[in-house]
Amino acid sequence: MTASTIKLTATTEDHHVAKMAAVALGLTVLENAIPSPLPGVKPGLANIVTLIVLQRYGWRMAAWVSLLRVIAGSLLFGNFLAPGFFLSLSGAVFSLAALAISMHLPQRWFGAVTHSILAAFAHIAGQMMVVYLWLIPHSGIAYLIPIFATAALVFGTVNGIIAAKFIATPPNTSSTKNTKGTNDT
Amino acid sequence: MNSYEAVRSSVKAGDWLTLLLGILCVVLITLKLWNGEQADRAIIRSAGKIFKEVPLSRDIQIEVPGPLGISIINIEKGRARITSDPSPRQYCVRQGWLQQAGEIAICLPNQVSVELTGSQKKYDSLNY
Repeated sequence: MTASTIKLTATTEDHHVAKMAAVALGLTVLENAIPSPLPGVKPGLANIVTLIVLQRYGWRMAAWVSLLRVIAGSLLFGNFLAPGFFLSLSGAVFSLAALAISMHLPQRWFGAVTHSILAAFAHIAGQMMVVYLWLIPHSGIAYLIPIFATAALVFGTVNGIIAAKFIATPPNTSSTKNTKGTNDT
Repeated sequence: MNSYEAVRSSVKAGDWLTLLLGILCVVLITLKLWNGEQADRAIIRSAGKIFKEVPLSRDIQIEVPGPLGISIINIEKGRARITSDPSPRQYCVRQGWLQQAGEIAICLPNQVSVELTGSQKKYDSLNY
């Protein structure tokens, strides 16, 4: 009897996607421990990873990392295919669509902060659309939009600044960041 | 390099523009969505059916019967409120005056509700 094995060949790119998605997943878990005043208002720290991947490796890999994070995250929290999962998914898909467009803005003028803000707005727009079309088809949810939009702007900006800092630091020196005074640029 | 400079160096000129436009958008959306339209009619429901539809222009007191007793609804100066209700927790009474279109006070135990509507059906920004 021969044991049948399925062998998947993973490229280095695949390994990289997996690593980045794992980091994003870690940030998702971390941020779930932070209490939120309103369900749905979250910093979205995992998007920092998406932004960095977008900048360094392009949109395709950013999409992989983002969608893997959503799916693996939902498995981790036990809400795969539950409403919360579809909200995350719609947010991620809309963000990626926004990033696909905003990444073509001239890089000289527009950086990670712009991408982050636009993606955050797209994220909330996508989620509100799913909420309205599927979960709560009542115009009353329009009253929540200003709250979510404000949160998107604030967290989008902060995440964008963090991502821009990481992008400005070359990958191999980022580990030496804590040794004092060795990497003054 | 202090943290202020760190932020400055990572934000490009266009980013400031995006941030500014973002703030503008949020402010406009907030003004648009939170400045509710003035209501001009009140729809009073009892047991899920429309009991009465009254304009807010005339001051009036309406008594609505429900399974627990009588709820009293007052309309005054273009506002409406449930003045008294036999429900145990009095949520709808404590809600006070309603004056914007879309506001609603519901007394679940007595199955009575008051909803304000504007002259036109309100759209929300989700309809592209």
